[in-house]
Amino acid sequence: MKGTASGPAERSAVVREGFERHRFGWLDALPWLCVVLWFVLAPGYLPLGTQVIVMIIFTLSLDLALGYGGIETLGHAALFGLGAYGAGLYALHVSSEPISGLAAAALAGALAALLTGALILRTRGLTLVMLTLAVATLVAELASTWKSLTGGDDGLTGYQIAPLLGLFGFDLAGRTAYWYAAAALAVLFLVSRWLVNSPFGLTVRGIRDNPVRMRMMGVQVTRRLVMLYAISGAIAGVAGGLTAQVTKLVGLDVLGLGLSANVLIMLIIGGPGRLYGAFLGAAVFVILSDRAAAINPFHWLFALGLVLILVVRFAPSGLLGAAERAVAHALRRRA
Amino acid sequence: MTGHALEVIGVSKSFGALQVSKNLSLSLERGARHAIIGPNGAGKTTFVHLVSGLLRPTKGTIRLDGHDVTAASPERRVAHGLVRTFQISSLFPKLTVAQHVGLALSARYGYDAKPWGELSDRTELMNEAAQILDSVGLLKHAATRVASMAYGLRRLIEVAIALALRPKVLLLDEPAAGLPSGDRAALLELLLRLPRDMAVLVIEHDMSLVFRFAERISVLVEGAILLEGTPADVRSDPRVRTVYLGTRAHG
Repeated sequence: MKGTASGPAERSAVVREGFERHRFGWLDALPWLCVVLWFVLAPGYLPLGTQVIVMIIFTLSLDLALGYGGIETLGHAALFGLGAYGAGLYALHVSSEPISGLAAAALAGALAALLTGALILRTRGLTLVMLTLAVATLVAELASTWKSLTGGDDGLTGYQIAPLLGLFGFDLAGRTAYWYAAAALAVLFLVSRWLVNSPFGLTVRGIRDNPVRMRMMGVQVTRRLVMLYAISGAIAGVAGGLTAQVTKLVGLDVLGLGLSANVLIMLIIGGPGRLYGAFLGAAVFVILSDRAAAINPFHWLFALGLVLILVVRFAPSGLLGAAERAVAHALRRRA
Repeated sequence: MTGHALEVIGVSKSFGALQVSKNLSLSLERGARHAIIGPNGAGKTTFVHLVSGLLRPTKGTIRLDGHDVTAASPERRVAHGLVRTFQISSLFPKLTVAQHVGLALSARYGYDAKPWGELSDRTELMNEAAQILDSVGLLKHAATRVASMAYGLRRLIEVAIALALRPKVLLLDEPAAGLPSGDRAALLELLLRLPRDMAVLVIEHDMSLVFRFAERISVLVEGAILLEGTPADVRSDPRVRTVYLGTRAHG
């Protein structure tokens, strides 16, 4: 059985074809174009835009854990919330400088993920869902009880955030906050993209699809998942930290089950395992919630429920998954 | 030194009151070509799980290359040079053939936790992947996703993954299961070309494959080893005829 390709160089080239190559295309500019257009066309809605961006970051963190690593979690808000409290407490007790505050938030999220992940990531499926839920509930209870630290039901307030880089104050219209969040998203998106395309990214996708087979290749599955979960926790922490810094208030809802469920819905709507699904899902969810609540303050959840049902029924791999299929179909018909 | 690549010494396994493996002993020299045969329910799969670490023995010792791995995790055993394949192809449907070999190679090279760069930028890894895929005849399928591949080709991916891990001991769990006869011939040819320094233990139903491949054969019946010997010994043993080959088997 001698090969078809002659030299080793040609053979390697054939093998390279079997790996996805990751180069930026024109489509990669689209989300950033939207960020700029929003700023220009909807200057009155910058706080909403900031909220969209923060939720994209949070959904991105869940996409790494769940979409790429298969870590089923219903407690992701714990990592977001600890990031929020981390940034709030840092501003209150250490420094009002925002970027180091985000680092503190990332650290809080990563440490929480590292500590809990080492305990719970040996399990999978429903057991893991229950354990993540339990961890999140414990954290929320702790925050609610430890009033001297967190302010309990009243929330954590009374801290200031210094101007960004000492130059740009956080204005009432939310212009600084908007660009600050967008910059954080750009950095974290690049980090995530880099990560999922790396050998480690391929490893965690392998673990997601077939953990036993990965163990039989000598991969330390639990350790790799804990590492992924910690990175996801850092990014979720930054999302929480941004919320704390921009709204200057940390309430108990940042740790709630509602938020864990919402971020899952955002990822499902957008489409897991593709990074950009987080962009689309979070944007659709946050904007739709805001508009629907403005139109009908009593029954706005109905619209969201309907979207979720339609997506799950007709686009099980999310809106982005459906779009990818449609494009592939159109290309095949043209060819 | 010509030590043993794999030693299984007095291994037993019980699930509650049910004893599925009884005092099994087996040793493989370096470069051995050994087969385990036995009727359905003889405990062949349990044996594979015990050796590969998915099950822990109730009693006994397992040594890999001189190291006691009786209590070691499957990952540790891979590090000591034991690699197994799966009876029912256990692959990654969404990944391409090249990515399968890439996963195995990156685990062996210690790249599996590397959070930067891309595997396809690693020239030495790509060269080795190409050489492995070429040797199993899968090079032209390098960019094909496994979900769309024929069953016979998937069996070859199992072998390619195993080769990428450079085992000292290769455990093949029914490599020919479900293969049409043409593919079986190709598989046998591939198995006969496996590196000679690798000890190979094959668990298989296909008698013609076993008798052409193995230099020694152990017959497993009801969880215990009935006999071990050369293919000629096994073929001529009357007990084997009755319990396994059936009376209609003639030489």
